[in-house]
Amino acid sequence: MDFSHGFGLILLITGQCLLITIAVLLSLAFLMFADRKIWAAVQMRKGPNVVGVFGLLQSFADFLKYIFKEIIIPAGSDKVVFLLAPLITFVLSLIAWSVIPFNNGWVLTDINVGILFIFAVAGLEVYGVIMGGWASNSKYPFLGSLRSAAQMISYEVSIGFIIIGILISTGSLNLSKIVLAQDGSYGIFSWYWLPHFPMVILFFISALAETNRPPFDLPEAEAELVAGFQVEYSSTPFLLFMIGELMTVVLMCALISILFFGGWLSPIPLLPDGIFWLVAKILLLFFMFSMVKAIVPRFRYDQLMRLGWKVFLPMSLTWVVIVATLAQFGISGYVRW
Amino acid sequence: MNKIDWRRAINYFLLKDFLKGFKLGIKYFFRPKATLNYPYEKGPISSRFRGEHALRCYPNGEERCIACKLCEAICPAQAITIDAGPREADGSRRTTRYDIDMTKCIYCGFCQEACPVDAIVEGPNFEYATETREELFYNKEKLMENGRKWEKLIAENIKLDKSFR
Repeated sequence: MDFSHGFGLILLITGQCLLITIAVLLSLAFLMFADRKIWAAVQMRKGPNVVGVFGLLQSFADFLKYIFKEIIIPAGSDKVVFLLAPLITFVLSLIAWSVIPFNNGWVLTDINVGILFIFAVAGLEVYGVIMGGWASNSKYPFLGSLRSAAQMISYEVSIGFIIIGILISTGSLNLSKIVLAQDGSYGIFSWYWLPHFPMVILFFISALAETNRPPFDLPEAEAELVAGFQVEYSSTPFLLFMIGELMTVVLMCALISILFFGGWLSPIPLLPDGIFWLVAKILLLFFMFSMVKAIVPRFRYDQLMRLGWKVFLPMSLTWVVIVATLAQFGISGYVRW
Repeated sequence: MNKIDWRRAINYFLLKDFLKGFKLGIKYFFRPKATLNYPYEKGPISSRFRGEHALRCYPNGEERCIACKLCEAICPAQAITIDAGPREADGSRRTTRYDIDMTKCIYCGFCQEACPVDAIVEGPNFEYATETREELFYNKEKLMENGRKWEKLIAENIKLDKSFR
C-alpha cells in the first residue's frame, strides 16, 4: 500500500469517526431535551420552553453553562483519578457506537465480535463510576459508586444470558448479521422480539438498571445519597458524566432495536429498509425509557438485588436452555443459520 | 413455608402495575399543562396583596404622611426609620427621612394598618428583585416614586377593600 492510499484511508476513517461522534452528540442534545419534555408532560408541566423555538436549544444553553463553570476539585481527592473517571465514562460510551450498524453496511468497524465488544465496553463503564466515587474521597460518592458497581454487575449477568439466546438463534456475534437474520418475509413478525418475547422486557428492564436510569437510579438516589458518585463533580467533568450516561441510554436503545426489533429493517415488508427505521425505533424506545422515568417509583436496594439475582437471572438462564433446545430441534424462528 | 400468593405473582410477572402506571402516565401526558408561563403570564393577585411599599400623595400632590411614626412603632421587624421636622415651605410637620429596610421587612402589613392617613401602603408589585443588597434599603424618595408609579392600582385596591375597613 503506497503512502497516499494509506493517508486517504486514515482520512476516511477519521471522517467517519467524526461524523458518528457529531451525529450522536447532536442527537443527544435533542434527546436530552425530549427526555425533559416527556418527563414534564407526564407531570403536567411544560418543561424547558424558553431557549430557542419551543426551548429546542435548551441543551446547548446547558452545555455552555457547564463549560463556563469552575471545576471544583476536592482537597482530599485523587486529582488524576478524579478527572479521569468522567473521561472514561464518556469515551467508553462513545466507543461503543463504532460497532453499531446504522444501515446495511453503514458501520464504522464491522468486527465479527461486535456484540461482545459492546458488552465488554459496557462492562468497563462501571470503572468510570467507581473511580469517580472513590477519588472524590467523600462518603456519599463512595457509597453511591459501590451501589452502582454492584448493580451494574448484577444486571450485566442477565443481559449476557439474554444476548446468548440471541446468539444461539443467529449463530453470529456480528451485529449486522444479527439484524440480517431477522430479515424475513413477515416484516415486524420475523424479528426476534416475537420468538424471544419475554427477553425483550427483561432486556429493557436490565438496560434501565445497567444505565442507572430510574427506577434503578440508586447510585444517585437524592433522598439518600444526594447525587451518588456525582456529588463532588461540577462543570465539565459533571457534563461528561451526564453525556456519558445519556449516551449509554441511547446506546441501549439502539442495542435493543438491533437485537430484538430488526435494526434498520422496515416493519412492513413492502416499505424500503433504511436508517430512518433504526432512528424511529431508537426514538420509540427512548420514549419508553423516559416514560418509565416519569411513572415508576425508585426501587429499594434489596428489591433491586432480588429482582436481579432471584428473578432475572433464573429467567434468562432458563431461556437460554429453552432456546438452545428449540434451536437443536430446528424449530423455525429460533435457528436462522 | 409461606403460601404463595399466585394472584400477586401473576400480576408481578405480567407487569400489571407498570402497565397501569403507564396508562395513567399517557393519560396525563396529553392533559393541558398546569404551568404558568411566568414572566409572560402571571397569576391573579388579591386586592389585599402585600408587596412592595409605597408612600402615597393626595390628588393635589400633597404628601399624605404626617410623620406620626405609628408605622415605625408597630413595625415588628423594626425595618422603618423615621425622622420628623417642620417643612421649610410652610412649617407643617413632615418626615425629613423615611427609610424602609426591605431586607428586614416581613411584609406583615401592620404599617399600612397603623397608618391613619393611608400614606404607607403595600402595593401589588412583587417584582423588585435587585442585584445588590444596598438597592433594597429604600429611602423616602424611592417610596414616593413607588407611590406615584402604583397610585392608580393602590387606590383601586383600597376602594375594593373599603367595606371591610
